[in-house]
Amino acid sequence: MVKEIERAGLPVVHICTVTPISMTVGANRIVPAIAIPHPLGNPALNHEEEKKLRRKLVEKALRALTTEVEDQTIFED
Amino acid sequence: MSKIKVVHYINQFFANIGGEEKADYPAEKRPGEVVGPGMAFNAAFGDEAEIIGTIVCGDTYFNENVDKATADILEMVKEMQPDLFIAGPAFNAGRYGVACGTIASAVQEKLGIPSLTGMYVENPGVDMYASKVYMVSTKNSAAGMRDAVKKMAPLALKLAKGEAIGASCEEGYIPNGVRVNFFEEERGSKRAVDMLLKKLAGKAYTTEYPMPAFDRVAPNPAVKDLSKAKIALVTSGGIVPKGNPDHIESSSASKFGEYDITGVTDLTADTYETAHGGYDPVYANADADRVLPVDVMRDLEKEGVIGELHNKYYATVGNGTAVASAKAYAAEIAKRLIADGVDAVILTST
Repeated sequence: MVKEIERAGLPVVHICTVTPISMTVGANRIVPAIAIPHPLGNPALNHEEEKKLRRKLVEKALRALTTEVEDQTIFED
Repeated sequence: MSKIKVVHYINQFFANIGGEEKADYPAEKRPGEVVGPGMAFNAAFGDEAEIIGTIVCGDTYFNENVDKATADILEMVKEMQPDLFIAGPAFNAGRYGVACGTIASAVQEKLGIPSLTGMYVENPGVDMYASKVYMVSTKNSAAGMRDAVKKMAPLALKLAKGEAIGASCEEGYIPNGVRVNFFEEERGSKRAVDMLLKKLAGKAYTTEYPMPAFDRVAPNPAVKDLSKAKIALVTSGGIVPKGNPDHIESSSASKFGEYDITGVTDLTADTYETAHGGYDPVYANADADRVLPVDVMRDLEKEGVIGELHNKYYATVGNGTAVASAKAYAAEIAKRLIADGVDAVILTST
């Protein structure tokens, strides 16, 4: 799906936990997530902390979208 | 002659431990036990080989702890000292396929024990490991177990005995990129003309050199000014309005959904849920923002960090869904996003 959206001309960032799969399917901008059943959350945290964690991930994804890349790139930090 | 000793790797589902709610089950060694599909293998081996132990690991656990799980399982295999290691078959289960490919190739490479796995050709484990370990091509669901075992058992025995392995089309494994020189009975010019005649006549023919499919899409230019950008959310994690109005299937989805989130600032347990049948839904059902971060995107919109969150989001279920379907959904989604003036997309996967 990521690749088809990119092919249509839209920059796209893929937030996912199993980044090797994201590489295999051809995503260009990849942000590693927390866990498979809750990629953008952590039920062990309280609501406020969890939202803060989610915001950090989304901000990282936005940073990926504003970063020029030439090849498949995993945005670790 | 003594029997060939086999250790078998399976996931929590095939071990009858449970479904997604047990996918975080850590690796476990069961010496002397033959579990689930192992029985079919044992029957197919006859007097030649037997399973001396089974290793069970949850798919989510394996994929979220690849290094530790691999190291732990290698240790377990080492203790049982098998002559052969079999993982799966995984059919079209993505995390299971990746786990089988990872562990089978690690056992072969690190312990020098011949290994075999099996999965459906669209499983992501194929692209990652087909060149590292023999992988039998199976059907896309566990309904193909009999067929898979019938192909895997003889190949496994050959590997254990160190016999020569024939071409992928003869043995039933997924092509691994290895080419072997041999003399054809007929010369190349005749074979080429025969092939051409078949092609002209519209008959089936088999190429001798399939073209590699390099399907990569170059990255699009970055977003210049986030504060003016309209960003859309898309997910393969199956987030839908409560009640799943479009009845998106929990696996092998036949459609995607388009949902209006105008005025929605937070996804709650009362309003949204997941339709996805391939991961434990407890966390997403309690708070779907954990998969589709609408709450945070609304905050960023309000603060002016992004120009706008697109008022529609798109969702499908990426669980055993055919690649061709996913491709078609995304092409249609992208068309609609572009028509609505969206500048960039955040796509989340579980």
